[in-house]
Amino acid sequence: MKKLQYERPVIQRLNTGVMNKFGTRTEYAPVTHIEGNAVKDLIKEYGSPLFVISQRVIEQTLKDANRAFKTRYPKVQFAWSYKTNYMNAVCNVFHKNGSWGEVVSGFEYQKALRNGVPGNKIIFNGPDKAENELRLAIKNNSMIHIDHLDELYLIKELATEMNLRPKVAIRVNMDTGIYPMWDRFGFNYENGQAWDAINKIMLTDKIDLVGLHCHIGTFMLAPSAYAVAAAKLSDLALGIKKKFKKNIQYIDMGGGFASKNTLKGSYLQGPDSSPSFDQFAEAITTAILNAGFVENELPLLILETGRALIDEAGYLLGTVISNKRLSDGRRATIMDFGVNIMFTSFWYDHKISPAQEFSQYTEDAVLYGPLCMNIDVIRENVTLPPLKRNDNVVVHTVGAYNMTQWMQFIALRPAIVMIDLDEKPHLIRKRETLASIDSEELVPKHLKEFKL
Amino acid sequence: MNIKKNIALSDTGFVFNPSNGDSFSTNPIGMEIIKMLKEGKSTDEIKSHVVKNYMTDDTTFERDLYDFVNMLTKMNLVETDEKKKD
Ligand SMILES: Cc1ncc(COP(=O)(O)O)c(C=O)c1O
Repeated sequence: MKKLQYERPVIQRLNTGVMNKFGTRTEYAPVTHIEGNAVKDLIKEYGSPLFVISQRVIEQTLKDANRAFKTRYPKVQFAWSYKTNYMNAVCNVFHKNGSWGEVVSGFEYQKALRNGVPGNKIIFNGPDKAENELRLAIKNNSMIHIDHLDELYLIKELATEMNLRPKVAIRVNMDTGIYPMWDRFGFNYENGQAWDAINKIMLTDKIDLVGLHCHIGTFMLAPSAYAVAAAKLSDLALGIKKKFKKNIQYIDMGGGFASKNTLKGSYLQGPDSSPSFDQFAEAITTAILNAGFVENELPLLILETGRALIDEAGYLLGTVISNKRLSDGRRATIMDFGVNIMFTSFWYDHKISPAQEFSQYTEDAVLYGPLCMNIDVIRENVTLPPLKRNDNVVVHTVGAYNMTQWMQFIALRPAIVMIDLDEKPHLIRKRETLASIDSEELVPKHLKEFKL
Repeated sequence: MNIKKNIALSDTGFVFNPSNGDSFSTNPIGMEIIKMLKEGKSTDEIKSHVVKNYMTDDTTFERDLYDFVNMLTKMNLVETDEKKKD
């Protein structure tokens, strides 16, 4: 007689009439393949845990975003936010599809250059730009977005010394009705700082003010805040036109569109609550189109969208290490990935699917990572089928920030694979090794040897 | 170790405790175990039955059974006078 498939016995209390805190989620439908590649095969080949990025999803998402803006506004340019995911292969998918580069450090700037982005298609943001980095950016004719007055004066000095005319924009912060207000970056609109900085630049002919920039926050759920921001930047641009007879070439609205993740504590699931590109595009383009520009003087609209373009293209595959019961009877499952490589689990209830078939029975569980730390919690409560040791799971929507903010802490960082348009996987970052970490370390001679 | 006499089981994995109105759902193997417990089978008998009929091994199932029985106790489905004895 053929033996029956075994599944761990589970029993779960039914709370009739009461909405339980685990919600009514259907996330436990198994995901055995990612674009034609079996999760088991990917893990066998590249190890567990493993990040997987879909080139197809990136391209579809970027296309969707482009369509939303370009059908509403004549001149639109996306610039890939390097910090969101600066794996070179990922950046190059964006560049191949027409995106410029947006960087916030000398390191990212160099990365963009190495990837082949022409200097004049790199936007250089951020409060910390070293003098030698500014020199390079000036030489390359990059767009330098000024964050504070010290930077403005330094650029002025360098311009004189190098006898070049740097292209700059100023970063503007403002009240868009969203709290907390991000007022630590750039110059404030309401108190006149921004207009002052504009005047300082316009009154020297050494610097060319080409744009106005803002980035009003991240994971923004209110398109209306963008309408306010776009109106305020347009107002500054028109003020410049009026006073100095100069057309501002571009308005850069930064990033911040919410991705399809679910914020912790949110009642609605991300896919239901996050606005679409169309809603953001409608808010922004309507505000600019109605601001009062002469039609052929409409500024180029730049977008530095990060998470909303990459989050959904990223998956994390992982493996169950163990199951236990907590003292209060709750099931706890320990995974081989934790907050070290899934930083975003501090903010999101990431959707997690089993990677093998199960019956329809489920259990409520806490998912922990493998770190010896109490904060290493992936999901405080999740409903999953009875997973056992060595079963695999797929974590969804992890493409943004995890592969740049990950920590080399306790464990080595995993490999990253990109699945191309023909469903073929490519290794785009190797799994770390002890040697790759140790290669940066030096032990002074007197500490090299010891006896125990 | 005995399941309370008045606990009702349905074929679809529905478990009902009429004394307090609590209801639970369990998967087919959980159902089978509860039935065997109700029939007064020992954990050893349950173990050999499951290992013979399902694709699992002694240690795996022993661990899972131990955990499952603990849950039944926690959920008040087990006779309390008969303190645990295998
Ligand atoms: C200046 C700037 N542009 C773009 C982004 C990308 O933001 P997001 O990933 O929220 O779209 C950021 C992120 O904080 C940023 O600081």
